[in-house]
Amino acid sequence: MSQTRKQLLTDPLVDNNPITLQVLGICSALAVTSSLNVAFVMSLAVIAVCGFSSLFISFLRHYIPNSIRIIVQMVIIASLVILVDQIIKAYAYEISKTLSVFVGLIITNCIVMGRAEAFAMKNKPFESFVDGVGNGLGYSLLLMSVGVIRELFGSGSLFGVMIFEPVSNGGWYVPNGLLLLPPSAFFIIGFIIWGVRTWKKSQVEAREYKIQTLEEH
Amino acid sequence: MSKPNNILTKFKNMPVDGMTKTLFVAITLCLVCSMVVSFAAVNLKEVQEVNKAVDKQKNILQVAGLYYEGIDVEKSFSSFDPVVVDLNQGKFTNRFDPLTFDDRKAAQDPLLSIPLKEDPASIGRRTNFATVYLLKKEDGSLDKIILPIHGYGLWSTLYGFIALEKNGNDIFGLQFYQHAETPGLGAEVDNPKWKAQWKGKKLNNDSGELMITVAKTQKYKDHHIDALAGATLTSNGVDNLVKFWMGEYGFKKFLTNLKNGAA
Repeated sequence: MSQTRKQLLTDPLVDNNPITLQVLGICSALAVTSSLNVAFVMSLAVIAVCGFSSLFISFLRHYIPNSIRIIVQMVIIASLVILVDQIIKAYAYEISKTLSVFVGLIITNCIVMGRAEAFAMKNKPFESFVDGVGNGLGYSLLLMSVGVIRELFGSGSLFGVMIFEPVSNGGWYVPNGLLLLPPSAFFIIGFIIWGVRTWKKSQVEAREYKIQTLEEH
Repeated sequence: MSKPNNILTKFKNMPVDGMTKTLFVAITLCLVCSMVVSFAAVNLKEVQEVNKAVDKQKNILQVAGLYYEGIDVEKSFSSFDPVVVDLNQGKFTNRFDPLTFDDRKAAQDPLLSIPLKEDPASIGRRTNFATVYLLKKEDGSLDKIILPIHGYGLWSTLYGFIALEKNGNDIFGLQFYQHAETPGLGAEVDNPKWKAQWKGKKLNNDSGELMITVAKTQKYKDHHIDALAGATLTSNGVDNLVKFWMGEYGFKKFLTNLKNGAA
């Protein structure tokens, strides 16, 4: 793989992460991160949808009329999402029960749509595919990090395997119930964004305004 | 050049943003996408239906205490006898095939269900016919009765089963197979420790009054289930739905008939 293609894949992981830098796709990141199993399947689904929708949209990019391009993108994304949903229901039934509506909501995930509009409409199919997968991976990386924190401290387990024995099962750990509720993901994502921007100063956005000091005359 | 080629060339040279091509792209794309989606849906339907059926059977086995990891679900399930019960009469009915009868569909059908005036379980309509599962001992006598129950919790309708001993009064277990309650709080209805409380509790007192209660404070030892900490609304929901389904509008008539051998 050439240098640029490699960058397309690795850039969205940290340097241009769709969640921490672009702050997209927050809704589903809140909803599906309370357990790692679910977050993992969701990640795979988003990677697949993001990669293939970019691929197909890039194939068609010279034939998509400008006036209906968003609709065309949505139709392709929606079809892929339904496909993924059907496959999960057929081969991972237990998980499909907990994922329920969130797979369907990938359709409205801004990351997928954003990559289609910003990248796949202007670039060759293979590059678009790599870019889609890269962004899917960036999303997954954050989803899994949030999932680790939420499941470990919220239920005392990882991937459903007990790490800290909770009190309700006769152990010592008192689970933090807040971490199982969606708002906790807001805090965690906020802290992660803070961390990343402290580490990579270039991601800090320029101030849009400056508070004026009042001069006395 | 022949004529069809002329049309093709003409079409090819049309601007992408023109009306004709826009319509062409829109219609073609819709057709292709709908074909892909329906192809997947039709082809995977069989696997999905099997999954659903196995999941339900697994839950029935679980509530009857017969499930363990690695069990052959379909084989073990054959010791159950599914039968359709007419809830208004409280008797078995031959009107439907228990293997294909769908309680949930029936609850939507105005001919097979009734709207509820008093609706503690918030289910809207109650089906007149329900599929129950009778677990038989090896000698053919009745061992346990598995009844389907459902009702609203905090966020979702909880669907589950309650297993009763053959006297129709002692609870053997309770299990929900579908709900979307808060993980860690309401979803603790799946916690084995909480579920274990149900075993040995009695639905009715000696004079036949329905006493079973899910509550914070204990009133009657034999009929009390501790509510879930931090999940008051889910606990209330479970309380309501168990009372509803075990009461006059639910399975009470059937259970009385079954006990007296009149079902």
